[in-house]
Amino acid sequence: MSTIARNPSADNAPDRYVDRKRYLWMLSVIWPAAPLIGLYLVSQTGWGIFYALTLIIWYGIIPIFDGLFGNDPNNPPEAAVARLEADRYYRILTYLTVPVHYASLIVSAWWVATQPMAWWEVIALAFSLGIVNGLALNTGHELGHKKRAFDRWMAKIVLAVVGYGHFFIEHNKGHHRDVATPEDPATSRMGESIYKFSLREIPGAFRRAWNLEKVRLERVGKSEWSLSNEIIPPLLLSVAIYTTLILVLGPDPKLLVFLPIQMAFGWWQLTSANYIEHYGLLREKMADGRYERAQPRHSWNSNHIASNLILFHLQRHSDHHAHPTRSYQSLRDFRDLPELPTGYPGMFFIAMVPPIFWSVMDRRVVAWAGGDLGKIQIDPASRKRITRKYGRAREAARIAAE
Amino acid sequence: MARYQCPDCSYVYDEEKGEAHEGFPPHTPWAQVPDDWACPDCAVRDKPDFIPLGMSGIGGVAA
Repeated sequence: MSTIARNPSADNAPDRYVDRKRYLWMLSVIWPAAPLIGLYLVSQTGWGIFYALTLIIWYGIIPIFDGLFGNDPNNPPEAAVARLEADRYYRILTYLTVPVHYASLIVSAWWVATQPMAWWEVIALAFSLGIVNGLALNTGHELGHKKRAFDRWMAKIVLAVVGYGHFFIEHNKGHHRDVATPEDPATSRMGESIYKFSLREIPGAFRRAWNLEKVRLERVGKSEWSLSNEIIPPLLLSVAIYTTLILVLGPDPKLLVFLPIQMAFGWWQLTSANYIEHYGLLREKMADGRYERAQPRHSWNSNHIASNLILFHLQRHSDHHAHPTRSYQSLRDFRDLPELPTGYPGMFFIAMVPPIFWSVMDRRVVAWAGGDLGKIQIDPASRKRITRKYGRAREAARIAAE
Repeated sequence: MARYQCPDCSYVYDEEKGEAHEGFPPHTPWAQVPDDWACPDCAVRDKPDFIPLGMSGIGGVAA
């Protein structure tokens, strides 16, 4: 496969690789059932705190595990990639994850509509399920990049759980093409808070997805308002799922509050991922006006094993953007990548407190650019503040270069 | 008819087959594919990055 030969850090190690994470990948299948485990614990103990189980594990425990277990030493050599790609076991795990997402949504909604719950418990469960819905986007992400029609359909089916079917178009054809450029609504700028970013990202992503389909359908000679528009079938599926839930379970006020919150928090997980994955990074323009190709250095990478095992390797994001059709089990870690200090859960948490996020990330972005602020995507409203703070670094870099 | 391959994911555009889903019916020449068209599988490489593979079909006879 040519994808393999062209990897920027191709090595010549022979294929004696044994995937020690093979069975640990089942954690990525089980983790989306975490809200159900929480419900089981509530039923056994009567303690409402277990409604927040997923929330506490995600933002509290996983970052601790990332600190304890640290980096993942496993890295398949290029020679092993073709064999790993051909192994059906890994693919089946991604398929199995799809019904888990449906089960989590349906059982949680049934619980809210039928069991006595305090309002704070409803909210806690909504946030817990929202995190798992973010993972539905992760599962849809892994499946949506594959070339098989079946995988792509599974992607749309799982994305419908969180009402984000347009991700399939937006991410693969939009974000991957425009990543780390000012044209990308899903790449955050240095100095931009996640809250400001979300207002640019969420509508921008939908607009870009719709325009991509519009252009394609114009060539095909079909209306954008037809089932051929790949955004519409998963959208209809979402409408069907949520209408059925409300009709079957009844318009219970708690359910009507619960459903929008869990969906919105699922979207928020995607916004969090987009926010941290390329923060400040910028591809340079070439002489012909096109951007340099997306390379591993244009994504923040996290090689933390604990969070990677529940995220289908999403955090080995640098290799993913360089080779988007490569499956999770084959993603590689490289030396000299821009590295996040912890995995996604911890980063998502600090992203919600902008001053902390900036204090952690801004100096890393400046270091990535070798102190040259001209090579960074900076939020126009923050430019003055950032130049005042980091302008000296640029001077120092210039002097060091001379 | 000629074939062109994405240098990243090895997707092949074959003029003979076209790419109907993308709006290029069979026998759409490469020249008619717009320059800003990205690889439909990986989207990280555009038309100008594609590598010519030579002819498809028996003897590569032009349609």
